[in-house]
Amino acid sequence: MQYDHILIRYGEMALKGKNRKHFTKQLEFNVKDQIRPYRKAKVERTRDRMYIHLHGEDHEPIVEACRHIFGIHSFSLAIRTENEELAIKQAALQLLLDNPIGTSFKISCRRTNKQFPIDSQEMNQRIGAYVLQNSEGYPVDVRNPGVDIMVEIRERATYVTGQKIKGPGGLPAGSSGKTLLMLSGGIDSPVAGYLAMKRGVEIEAIHFHSPPYTNERAKQKVIDLAHTLSKFGAKVKIHVVPFTELQVKVHQEIPFGYSMTVMRRMMMRISERIAKRQGILSLTTGESLGQVASQTMESMHTINEVTNYPVLRPLITMDKSDIIEISKQIDTYDISTRPYDDCCTVFVPEAPKTRPRREKVHLYEGTIDFSAEFERAIEGTEIITASPAAENAAPFADLL
Amino acid sequence: MIYFDNSATTKPHPDVLASYTEAAQTYFANPSSLHRLGGSAEQLLTACRKQAAQLLHVGEDEILFTSGGTEGNNLAIKGTAYRKKRLGNHIITTAVEHPSVLETCAELESQGFKVTYVDVDMYGYVAPEKIKAAITDETILVSVMHVNNELGTIQPIKTIGQMLTAHPKITYHVDGVQGAGKVALDIKESHIHLYTLSAHKFHGVKGSGILYKDENTHIAAQLSGGGQEQALRSGTENVPGITAMVKALRLAMEELRNHPAKLFELKEKLLGGLEKMDGVIVHSPPAGAPHIVNFSVPGLKPEVLVHALGEKDIYVSTKSACSSKNSDASAVLLACGVPDAQAESAIRVSFSYENTQAEVDYFLQILKETLTHLKKVMR
Repeated sequence: MQYDHILIRYGEMALKGKNRKHFTKQLEFNVKDQIRPYRKAKVERTRDRMYIHLHGEDHEPIVEACRHIFGIHSFSLAIRTENEELAIKQAALQLLLDNPIGTSFKISCRRTNKQFPIDSQEMNQRIGAYVLQNSEGYPVDVRNPGVDIMVEIRERATYVTGQKIKGPGGLPAGSSGKTLLMLSGGIDSPVAGYLAMKRGVEIEAIHFHSPPYTNERAKQKVIDLAHTLSKFGAKVKIHVVPFTELQVKVHQEIPFGYSMTVMRRMMMRISERIAKRQGILSLTTGESLGQVASQTMESMHTINEVTNYPVLRPLITMDKSDIIEISKQIDTYDISTRPYDDCCTVFVPEAPKTRPRREKVHLYEGTIDFSAEFERAIEGTEIITASPAAENAAPFADLL
Repeated sequence: MIYFDNSATTKPHPDVLASYTEAAQTYFANPSSLHRLGGSAEQLLTACRKQAAQLLHVGEDEILFTSGGTEGNNLAIKGTAYRKKRLGNHIITTAVEHPSVLETCAELESQGFKVTYVDVDMYGYVAPEKIKAAITDETILVSVMHVNNELGTIQPIKTIGQMLTAHPKITYHVDGVQGAGKVALDIKESHIHLYTLSAHKFHGVKGSGILYKDENTHIAAQLSGGGQEQALRSGTENVPGITAMVKALRLAMEELRNHPAKLFELKEKLLGGLEKMDGVIVHSPPAGAPHIVNFSVPGLKPEVLVHALGEKDIYVSTKSACSSKNSDASAVLLACGVPDAQAESAIRVSFSYENTQAEVDYFLQILKETLTHLKKVMR
């Protein structure tokens, strides 16, 4: 027996009113994009469901891809059988046995082909009896089954669908516009990017690079993080800002306690400029309240002053342990914890102000002209693209 | 030259040597160095680890690079024994393992560990039930080789692995040195915790190997030092050797996938020819690995035959190279119940994907002539 198609359920998108089509179309686009290498597989979109017709393609890589596509609430593999009682029973049994022992089940039969001699009520009972006789440890539960085995008897064939596989949920990538993610290389910012993507947001990333204080490996780390994130949506552009000159000047000119605050304000200003240039309408950071000196209420108040763009902070109320857990799930933790300095960890004053005040910052920033360094940083910005496919073009392919 | 001693070692593949040279020249820096050169060596090492993991269908963090089979087996066995000694002191292995397993076990015995050497049938085959019967509350490790180096016997690795899942305390080590690239084995499906590989058995360069370590399995390091390889195998990484090994592994796996029958056909031909020769007894099991054929010509000293063939530029071996310096009978054959006279005269022919049908034909012809000649002389 071979899998015929994958049935995809929409989840929260299905609750949308008039905009539903906008979301489902985006999802269809994304699914097609991810399964492009499997040429024979075709996508069909209906109001409530989507189907991937496998047409002989191997189901495993496609199932793997579906686990990562935002907007998919759950999905199931369907077996196609002849319209024969025994074949249908065997398919139902096979699907049940894919579940761990102890899973309760129910059979839901639908007969659209009225030529088929047994009606659906009767089929439910017959299939149920067959499955019970040929398995051990799978109880029946018609009210709250662990797995609902759905049997659809149609004109040409019968389709049997079993276990629901959980998708990542959320909204399809690209259905909620674009944001500029401030990607430092730490644990938090990739998780923030992931959560934004989960709500359908497409991301570009901005990274501040301060050679020689930060090295090539720190930059590579950011590229690897962006690459990992790209698997949850589409390719990710990274804007790498040469930050050394500006950062050194801030470090030299601004009183110690305030240098970090001013540096953050500079980053925010540069990010807004890049976002504007790219037609992006918001910024996203990995800030979490109280985690470090720059992430106190006072700090955010002072730093956020320089932009009136919306700043998304998906992690703002999360505990560090929860953030780490997500970063492990999405495979960014091991990259983030590579031990290289990033722009936020060099020049850190011993005692940064945890309660910086706007008036003080105005005073310090007002006396010094940073505009030349600021413009050079923007001009020197380099764009690197990390795409999900980039991994195939391995860097040492000729050696290995 | 006809090289039929591929189970002793293989000739490095030219492409593998090219990679070795390139890596040794360009990526010579220490991967732990902070500078850019160190960074690129580290990236190459990461790419190697990734490719090795993909080829073996395991995780990247489950690959430990070692110096080869002997180190891998030592690290697996001692590493497990020392790490788990509080849980028990009993080890199970078989009577037909490679010396790097048997001698390691003997060393542990001298330190108070108890070792059961499970016996084998006439073909060197270990019955899973015998392993099962040997398990006690004290058992912490079972070590079984995948393919026997002298006979080519394929052990029931998966059956044993499944059986051991009922004993969560036991670590399962498989010496995969002879099987890699020759006989397919799914590490995860076989529930293997530790799996040893050696590069020079599949056309890599000597001095490199892999110890696969399941992510939830813990062992004690046997080398103290700079903390490389998850602090389980300290020492500056042999980047060129590793690069060459991973490339060789890819080539061997591709060869196995694209020409799965090739080695079998060589073996068939050889067995067909040997059958027709008087006084030749084949010891290898019919269902054994496709690249090893072990046979005896009782009454003839194997060294004489090896040297006589060597004069014709044909290279085979007597038992395993690692034990062939002791001129005693093959311990593996004796364990299988082969009589002394035969066990003392065993010859091993071992193929690789580089060998051809024509070579087997020529070998059979020369063997026949040599045997006829030697028999006359000996009488």
